[in-house]
Amino acid sequence: MNIAKESIAGTLESNDLLVKVSPSLDASLEVHVISEVMYQFGAQIEATVHDELDRLGVKSGVVIIEDKGALDCTIRARVEAAILRSSGAEIDWSRLS
Amino acid sequence: MTTSQSQAPAVAPVAAARGIVPFEGFARYAPHLADPVTKRRRKLAASLEEAVRRSGLESGMTISFHHAFREGDKTINTVVDLLAGLGLRNLTLASSSLLSCNAPLIEHIRSGVISRIYTSGMRGKLADALSHGLMDEPVQIHSHGGRVHLMDSGELKVDVAFLGASAADEFGNANGTGGRSRCGSLGYAMVDADRANYVIVLAEDLVAFPCAPASIRQDQVDCVVKVDQIGDPSKISVGAARITSNPRELLIARYAADVLEHAGYFKDGFSIQTGSGASATAVTRFMEDRMRKAGIRAAFALGGITGSIVDLHKKGLIDKIIDTQSFDADAAESLRSNPGHIEISTNLYANPTSKAAYVDQMDMVILSALEIDLDFNVNVITGSDGVMRGASGGHSDVAAGANLSVVVAPLIRSRIPTVCEKVTTVVTPGECVGVLVTDHGIAVNPRRPDVAGKLKAAGLPLLSIEELHARAVAITGTPAPIAFTDRVVGLVRFRDGSLIDVIRQVAG
Repeated sequence: MNIAKESIAGTLESNDLLVKVSPSLDASLEVHVISEVMYQFGAQIEATVHDELDRLGVKSGVVIIEDKGALDCTIRARVEAAILRSSGAEIDWSRLS
Repeated sequence: MTTSQSQAPAVAPVAAARGIVPFEGFARYAPHLADPVTKRRRKLAASLEEAVRRSGLESGMTISFHHAFREGDKTINTVVDLLAGLGLRNLTLASSSLLSCNAPLIEHIRSGVISRIYTSGMRGKLADALSHGLMDEPVQIHSHGGRVHLMDSGELKVDVAFLGASAADEFGNANGTGGRSRCGSLGYAMVDADRANYVIVLAEDLVAFPCAPASIRQDQVDCVVKVDQIGDPSKISVGAARITSNPRELLIARYAADVLEHAGYFKDGFSIQTGSGASATAVTRFMEDRMRKAGIRAAFALGGITGSIVDLHKKGLIDKIIDTQSFDADAAESLRSNPGHIEISTNLYANPTSKAAYVDQMDMVILSALEIDLDFNVNVITGSDGVMRGASGGHSDVAAGANLSVVVAPLIRSRIPTVCEKVTTVVTPGECVGVLVTDHGIAVNPRRPDVAGKLKAAGLPLLSIEELHARAVAITGTPAPIAFTDRVVGLVRFRDGSLIDVIRQVAG
C-alpha cells in the first residue's frame, strides 16, 4: 500500500495515539515517535509501527506518531487506519478484522 | 510606689549571698508591660520584612512552612522571594511539603538562596529540576510523622517558621477555620509552632483578641504580621469532592470495600483512613451501605479528611473525625462547626517517637501507589520514568501503624504496569502492606495468611501478586529499565529517620 496523501488517524486521548502520515519527497521511509512512555516503550512502539508498515507493504513516506500510552493493538489499528485513508484504496471492510 | 527602692537595702545582701536576682521593678524582665500600647501590640510587625529582621534570620539558617494550601499556597514563594531580596543565602528549606506551585523556587535554588531541602514530596517543574540534579545536596524526603521525628531527634532544627493562618490575633493565637482563606486543619503548622526557635504567624485576617480556637497558641508565637493572602483554598481540593464515574476506579473501589468488609476488622467501633484518591473516595461511599447492613459504626476516621468522610460522620456512621489536613472546603467547614471533628498535629497523627500516635490505633487504611513490587514494597515518590513526582505523605506512617493496609491502584496506568518486579523507589516497605486491590483482581501479601483465608472464604477474586504482574506485562509488554546516573538527588527517610532508599539522577 502507498502513502499517497496526508492523512491522520487516532486521538490524543490517554491510552490512544495520533498517527500522521504524508508522502515522502525522496522515496524514503521515515518514522518519528514521541510518546509519554518514551523511556520505557519508545523502542517497542517504533518496532510495532515498522512491523505494521511492513505488513501493509508501505515502502516510503513520513509517519509521525504522537503516543499517549497506547497498547500495541491500538498502535497497529491506528497505523493501519492512517495508511488506508492515505492510500485512497477501496477498503474491503470484510477483510479487516 | 517605690517599693523596689525602699526594700532594696534589706534584700540586696541576702540576694547576693544566695545568688538570687534582686527585685528591680515589675517591668524589669517584661519591659513591654510598662507601656499600655506595646504591652498588647509588641508582637505585631509592620511588614514581613520587619518580621524577618526581628527574627534574626541569617544566611545558613533553616526556615520552615506548612503546605496545608497545597497547590493554592501563596506563602512559601512570597517569603523566599523576600529573603532572596534581603540577600540571604545558603538556607535550608523545611516545608512540610512542596507542590507544582513552588516552581519559582528553582531560581532561588540556582542562585544559592536555598541550598538544602527537607520535604515530604514535590511535583511539577521543581520536582523535574531536582530529579535532573538541580541541587548539590540531595533532597531529604520524609513522611509526615517522620518530619516531626527528624525535628525531635535534633537533625532538623528550624530557626524561623513562617506559618500562614487565615485568622490570628495580635498575640499570635491562630487557626485555619476563621477569616477568609480557610485551609481547615493546621496539623502541619502546629508542629513547627511547637518546635521552631522563632515563630512568625502570617495572618490574612487580624481578628480581635482572643482568636479561638487557637490551633497555634500565643505562647508559641514570637511575631505576627498581617499579609494580603496566605493561600487559595479552592486549590486545596485534590479532586476528591465528587464521586468518580470512571468504571475502572469504581470497580477498584468496590473490590476494596469488599476487602475492608471481609478482612476481619469490620466490626463496631472500627477505625479507618481512606485518603483522597478517586478510588479511595469512592470506597467511602461503598462503605456506607455495608455499615448500615451490618449495623456497625466507626469510632473514628483519620488523616487527610474529605467531604465524603464528613458526610458519613453527619449520617452518624463515623463517631469522630481526626483531622491533620482538610482536603476540601467541606472538611474545613466541618472542622470549624462540628465538635466531633478534631484537629491534630502531625506529631499526634503519625510521629513514631511521639508518646502515642493516632496511626497506632488504626484498623484499616486505603493507600495509593505509583508502583508496587512482587515483595509488596510501595513507591509513591518517583514516576515510572524515574523522575520525582509525588509525596511520601502519611503513606508509610499509616501503613506501619494500621492493622491492615490496603493499597488500591489500577493494574496499568497509560501503558505502565503498576505492579512491577522491583519498585523504582521504596517508600513503604512490603512488610507494612496487607492487600493490593487492582481492577484485575486482589493479591494478599503472603505475610498475611489470616487475611487471605478470610477473603477467600468470602469468595473474592484472589490472585498472587506474581499473577497480577504477569497479566500486566502480557498486556503492556516489558518496559525498558530507566537509566540513572550515579549521582544521588534524593534521600528517602523512613518515618524513624533511617534511610530506606536513595533516588538517583535520571540520565539524559
